[in-house]
Amino acid sequence: MWDSKALISLQRSWATQRRVIWALLMREILTRYGRHNIGFLWLFVEPMMFTLGVTALWTATSNFHGSDLPIIAFAITGYSSVLLWRNMPSRCLDALLPNLALMYHRNVKVIDIFLSRLLLEMAGATISFVALSVFFITIGSIHPPEDMMKVIWGWLMLSWFGMAFALLIGGLSEEFELVEKIWHPVSYITFPLSGAAIMVDALPKAAQEIILYLPMVHGVEYIREGYFGSRIHAHYDLGYMAIINLLILLVALAQVRKISRKVIPE
Amino acid sequence: MIRLCDVSQYYATRTGSKMVLDRINIDIHRGERVGILGRNGAGKSTLIRLISGAELPTKGSIVREMSVSWPLAFGGAFQGALTGYDNLRFICRIYGTEFDDKVPFIQEFSELGLYLREPVRNYSAGMRARLAFAISMVIEFDCFLIDEIVAVGDARFHAKCHEELFVKRGDRAMIIVSHDPTYIKEHCSRAAVLSGGRLQLFDDVDDAFGHYLSN
Repeated sequence: MWDSKALISLQRSWATQRRVIWALLMREILTRYGRHNIGFLWLFVEPMMFTLGVTALWTATSNFHGSDLPIIAFAITGYSSVLLWRNMPSRCLDALLPNLALMYHRNVKVIDIFLSRLLLEMAGATISFVALSVFFITIGSIHPPEDMMKVIWGWLMLSWFGMAFALLIGGLSEEFELVEKIWHPVSYITFPLSGAAIMVDALPKAAQEIILYLPMVHGVEYIREGYFGSRIHAHYDLGYMAIINLLILLVALAQVRKISRKVIPE
Repeated sequence: MIRLCDVSQYYATRTGSKMVLDRINIDIHRGERVGILGRNGAGKSTLIRLISGAELPTKGSIVREMSVSWPLAFGGAFQGALTGYDNLRFICRIYGTEFDDKVPFIQEFSELGLYLREPVRNYSAGMRARLAFAISMVIEFDCFLIDEIVAVGDARFHAKCHEELFVKRGDRAMIIVSHDPTYIKEHCSRAAVLSGGRLQLFDDVDDAFGHYLSN
């Protein structure tokens, strides 16, 4: 049985946390995008510009991606996925410093600052992905996804990976300065390995085994299967991805808790 | 009541762990005004942050049975990139209160006029103090934590602060931290002296005053 007092206190904490995350989210939108020109629309216009740029580049160079899929569809699914899981850790690097003054308020916790940034990043990448898909489907450049649920599910799995990984990177970067220096090359090098630029099926057998150790590859492959269905042969194991996500998340939460105890408001 | 029980605080420095507060014990009751005297660097602001809950102690426990404000100082607790109004909005959202009905008070008290629409980082120290104090008075607490409030502002501003804090909110508990004994003497019923990480309590403000000066 639930202790009613504990339940009420839990409900209250949840209400407070929601309020704080919402306040931080609004603050973040204002400081990042301001009220000038298109304001908060930059949230998804920026990732859209990235994806469109890469799509144009890949189209122009007839990028080899190991299948006969149209390059536009390939680029949109691939690059949107990269933006989703890669921008989240970037936003969590040194996320506390600009917010230290706000930590004078007892209810503002380290995890709230991370979560508000993550929600915003996820919203931006998702809106960008949906808007570009709708646009190219409408003008007839690509076909609608064969299995929408798979696309959504894959996208959620990738978001989960991105959030867990971001919390880990963000938490570690507060303790070790080195993390920030290493993150940039790592994020750059993992791009071609993330399954965004090539189908796993097109790789030699030995390379497939190695690349499938990377959790995000499974998410991207699953999204592509949802998008293209029978036209491709996707390689994934969502159970494996879920276990890795969970492990990263656990370590990340422990690290965030550790740094939370040490944060000194400005 | 607020109860601090054997609260110690250590900070990691290049030369090893440094003790800032050493086994602090103090009870603060409803409606009570306690002054904490200490020289620069004695750990007054650290103590206030711990009481507010913004920072956690290395050892010991802090129990809060009344609502406690954030440390009201004339810096901190605000975001420089946001405008005055946006900072107010942020505080209202965090504490779950309406924004619109607070605006007239903020305008009247801060006397900032159109500057409320400018980023706080462009404000002068005096303007910042006016905004910070005005926003601080928007959320009601049982206990206010006041950190070096006399540091900035002109006489007129001080008079307005005095009215809001000590007249209109005279029934609240307050913990006032300062290196200025006369300010503590004027406003507190009880005082403590912080030195060498230890907090020494005095029932009489004059005794605390004497101890502080002789140290």
